[in-house]
Amino acid sequence: MARIFVIVPQIDGVIEDSAATVFAAARKIDATAPLTAVVSGFGPALDAVATELCSSYAEVWKVGSASFLPPNAEILRVALAKIVPAGSILLMPHDHFAIDLAPGLSIKLNSAFVSDVVDVEAVIGSQLKVVRQEFGGQVSTHVASDMSSGIVITVRPGALKPITAAPANGVVIDKSAEVGTITPKRRYLETIVADSGDVDITKHSVLVSVGRGIGEQENISIAEELAEALGGAVSCSRPVADAKWLDKSRQVGTSGKTVKPKVYIACGISGAFQHVAGLKGNPLIIAINKNPKAPIFQVADVGIVDDLLEFLPALTEKVRELHTISK
Amino acid sequence: MEILVCVKRVPDTSENEIELTGNDVNRDDLVYSINEWDNYAVEEAIQIVGRVGGNVTVVTVGTEEDEEVLRREMAMGAKNGVLLTDEAFNGSDGKGIASILAAYITTNKFDLILTGVQADDGAAQVGGMLAALLDYPYASLVNSIEVLDGKLRIGREVEGGNKEVSEIDLPCVLSIQTGINEPRYVGMRGIRQVASIPIPTFGADELGVDPAIVGEAAARVKRLDYFVPAVGRTAEILHGSREENVEKVIELVEAKGGLK
Repeated sequence: MARIFVIVPQIDGVIEDSAATVFAAARKIDATAPLTAVVSGFGPALDAVATELCSSYAEVWKVGSASFLPPNAEILRVALAKIVPAGSILLMPHDHFAIDLAPGLSIKLNSAFVSDVVDVEAVIGSQLKVVRQEFGGQVSTHVASDMSSGIVITVRPGALKPITAAPANGVVIDKSAEVGTITPKRRYLETIVADSGDVDITKHSVLVSVGRGIGEQENISIAEELAEALGGAVSCSRPVADAKWLDKSRQVGTSGKTVKPKVYIACGISGAFQHVAGLKGNPLIIAINKNPKAPIFQVADVGIVDDLLEFLPALTEKVRELHTISK
Repeated sequence: MEILVCVKRVPDTSENEIELTGNDVNRDDLVYSINEWDNYAVEEAIQIVGRVGGNVTVVTVGTEEDEEVLRREMAMGAKNGVLLTDEAFNGSDGKGIASILAAYITTNKFDLILTGVQADDGAAQVGGMLAALLDYPYASLVNSIEVLDGKLRIGREVEGGNKEVSEIDLPCVLSIQTGINEPRYVGMRGIRQVASIPIPTFGADELGVDPAIVGEAAARVKRLDYFVPAVGRTAEILHGSREENVEKVIELVEAKGGLK
């Protein structure tokens, strides 16, 4: 079997959680082979991460350069193409950095590419069989990839359960000199931090969250009325923010806010993984959707297949009624 | 600025429930439309040309059936539509599609190439592969573009909704994120107005694509089937009347301390 590399993401000396998912995927490809981590960055933070990785990786390749502050996929792609041997298996988390880095890397390494993998099923000779999802998570597919000239694989963060690594007693190998200086055609300027908006949805214990199924902007008021009756706030999924029906600061998900409510009422939200990844703290999730096959029902505690425009006002009315009685 | 936007015709899954027939998706009842991300990319291209001049061309790899999405985007304001079609292209994987597009781009001159971030298969791969094949710089998840002299100032959507701002040299390839703009409405009238504009087609020979590097035989990544996974955990679906369901929801919310 070819050599297996894991590209480990780190920020300011902290390894991202998604690295554990990728490690588990690598171990599903080969349960015992020595694994090599590749980590890029600069200075003492990089050194600390490289040392830490030695506990679970047989080798840790360190690529240090001030040009990796912040990480730049345009530079790392060239660097990896220089140092990674042909025919290797490379894994990394399917995140905003890999979406930048990985497809082009597979071209530069002349290897196969399979992205956003949710499970590794089998290795049969040089064929790798994995599971992916299509159509916004509504259906899954088995995908066979030919690894005979290498492969680049991105793995969905959290899709595989982390496993305990056998002690590896690894060694750090500094590849910085081999990489040399790379002049990118894309240069980082600044990071603009997302606006917190008029309502801070991360602070609310009840969220009434609206998705594409709300239909049109005018219908948002139906969710607002329910949120008001429940003493909560209205949040949303990506399509609602994209359509500018609600401010981007109300969006829950990997490219929006991470929220920790007690109760999350998902209204017409299909339940793409990028959305669900923004829900933490194990809230009670109540999903209302017209489509009984919506992926949201796989994460919700309670599901109601009904028309939002009918169900939400009925719920609001009942909540208000109870308030009046208790007063 | 000459801008090329690579687009794809896909089943509209926001409106359709996906049904399986055996190992495949039942495609008979599906309604097809432009991939949502691509539509934002075309709108962005039209807005850039509106500011700095130039032309927008939309291209797809497919068959005659795919002409409808090219016409739709032309009705939005793309000047040219181009169809890359050949039996040899059938069954191409992401790299195959990127190789066909790269061949078209090298026989023409474009300053900027846009794709959507991803399409129905969620792979998010063709833009990045295309850039690597052309040796152009690349940025994914782009949610703002400002044209400077010989380069662009772009924003990328990163975790937490933050925006990573960079400058990138032209020519380049960008994958466009939804929400970057508000795509204009296209009516039937608009589509009728572009109905008679010829859409040139190019095959493997005209593009100089080696048939050995595209199509099913060259694909190193193959979908074996579609299936609905056994669900480990699923919601308790309430089957009561609307009134009963409302009562039940209130009971649950109260139990969680969410109703004061």
